[in-house]
Amino acid sequence: MSKILVIGEIADGKLNAGVAKVVACAQQIGGEIVVALLGADVAGPAAEAAKLDGVSKVLKVERAENAHILAATYAPQIVELAAGYSHVLFPGTSFGKDTAPRVAAKLGVQQVSDVMVAHSATSFDRPTYAGNAIVTVEAPAAPAIVATVRLASFTAVGSSGSAAVESASTSTALPTHTRFVSMEAQKSERPDLQAAAKVVSGGRALGSSENFKVIYDFADKIGAAVGASRAAVDSGYVPNDMQVGQTGKIIAPELYFAIGISGAIQHLAGIKDARTIVAINKDAEAPIFEVADFGLVGDLFQVVPELQGKV
Amino acid sequence: MKALVSVKRVVDYNVRVQVKSDGTGVVTEGVKHSMNPFDEIAMEEAVRLKEKGKISEIVAITIGGAKNEETLRSALAFGADRAIHIKEEGEVQPLTAARAFAAALKKEGADVFLAGKQAIDDDANQTGQMVAALLDIAQATFASKVELEAGKAKVTREVDAGLETLEVDLPAVITTDLRLNEPRYLKLPDIMKAKKKPIEVVSFADLGVEKAATLSTTKTSAPPKRSKGIVVKSVDELVSALKGKGLL
Ligand SMILES: Cc1cc2nc3c(=O)[nH]c(=O)nc-3n(C[C@H](O)[C@H](O)[C@H](O)COP(=O)(O)OP(=O)(O)OC[C@H]3O[C@@H](n4cnc5c(N)ncnc54)[C@H](O)[C@@H]3O)c2cc1C
Ligand SMILES: Nc1ncnc2c1ncn2[C@@H]1O[C@H](COP(=O)(O)O)[C@@H](O)[C@H]1O
Repeated sequence: MSKILVIGEIADGKLNAGVAKVVACAQQIGGEIVVALLGADVAGPAAEAAKLDGVSKVLKVERAENAHILAATYAPQIVELAAGYSHVLFPGTSFGKDTAPRVAAKLGVQQVSDVMVAHSATSFDRPTYAGNAIVTVEAPAAPAIVATVRLASFTAVGSSGSAAVESASTSTALPTHTRFVSMEAQKSERPDLQAAAKVVSGGRALGSSENFKVIYDFADKIGAAVGASRAAVDSGYVPNDMQVGQTGKIIAPELYFAIGISGAIQHLAGIKDARTIVAINKDAEAPIFEVADFGLVGDLFQVVPELQGKV
Repeated sequence: MKALVSVKRVVDYNVRVQVKSDGTGVVTEGVKHSMNPFDEIAMEEAVRLKEKGKISEIVAITIGGAKNEETLRSALAFGADRAIHIKEEGEVQPLTAARAFAAALKKEGADVFLAGKQAIDDDANQTGQMVAALLDIAQATFASKVELEAGKAKVTREVDAGLETLEVDLPAVITTDLRLNEPRYLKLPDIMKAKKKPIEVVSFADLGVEKAATLSTTKTSAPPKRSKGIVVKSVDELVSALKGKGLL
């Protein structure tokens, strides 16, 4: 039977909502599911993880050096914790993408990136070419399978469980070659882009950060998170953490608005799993209309304020 | 200071790749190939660091078949001083590539290994991190700003929550994100000059690299196609359609 170690992630002192999706992937693989949480003090998030359905145990790995998440210090500890497990799963977040390959290399295995489906304990679907080709891969079972999970592909498990929480210690000497300097986190009262049911994204057409207010105001009216195309981020209209796409955030909201976004393949890679896509673009030939469920051809600076007034 | 920069030959980012009808892969024959866009950013950064006097030598490296020579020539036109071609036909997965890069990094005694954060064909996002792990050195992935000082680098990284800055001791691996720089257009005189720069051809065996076990691809399929929706005529029509579906 598989024994699956899920590496949890903590953001702002809370369990990252993506962990419940990684557990869903672990359930699809089938087997015993243990969640490990690294940090300086992880009591709160550990209690949250213990409630996730299907989890049999939560390991708290508390060490002063774990106060800042660093792949260089986390990876050797995860390698130590991984002994005896058949799978080590990470969320497909910037943390997981940074850390998992370091663990895989130490274990001497290729990593399975962005698992979309687990057909069995060793067979997985994953996206390549910006999601334009899905490959089914068979991974060697031994010594272990290391994977990141594409969060947009899974529905979070419920939280009616009550797993045991245990402390685990790691004895690995940690490197000092990597030091945390600072974090410039974007504070926002808006819903989280990766968890929101509704997302409104703006593109190059917005033209300036001032004009992006049109997007924020509409998003706030309908309670949506705000995203952006690469062009909007590159042009400095919005911060980098708002980029949606192949190399940004992959999202799966119920409702997605692409406003003044042309629909390049790299952008579409991030929204393929949205339930309903609405496109607003003044160019009737824009490729975004080929994937939109509802398209409206028009100038966003007229259409969006009107829309805001009518919803 | 010496920089080793990996450059991968991939299907050009503008190409809409087609999955072969028999499910054995994607069509790559007769399709435009280019340097992986993130590797262009890595090359550009190396050149800028050299222009600032922080780096004295840039070595470009690739793994692939005969056609990868084109990719190395582009790297040399960017401003690499010389290049290493690890000749290997067929797919090379990240851990094997990382073993080869780690061996080359050691052999060259380079201070930084610059790579793209992700190759846009396999979308793996693994190789740089694996090189760092194999050599037990620091890594700073998804870089949007790089400052080199004696023996150290200060790197700002694009992470889910915003921007994180790390300080790493050299040698270190740095992987590039989109906002690090805008790669220059290659000029004809530089392309001509690149033709005369040396390319060393080596094999995995020369580097003492053993291939890692691979993931085997059992099937390649096209993603489910989204059906084309409807174009509404007015905001009112859009609002009632969305309300009708219970979305607003
Ligand atoms: C390696 C790589 C990775 C990439 N990763 C990503 C990624 O993760 N995410 C991403 O988004 N992109 C990514 N890109 C970039 C992508 O290829 C496109 O360049 C980008 O998505 C374009 O952004 P855009 O649609 O906002 O801009 P444009 O393509 O310039 O489109 C602007 C659109 O706005 C419309 N418009 C203009 N004015 C108005 C108006 N007043 N009202 C209504 N409509 C108007 C225009 O008709 C046009 O369709 C990547 C590219 C590369 C090479
Ligand atoms: N065969 C290769 N040749 C040159 N560079 C490579 C190769 N494979 C991976 N790389 C480098 O590693 C980066 C990340 O690739 P990947 O882990 O496959 O997404 C790329 O941007 C390249 O810089």
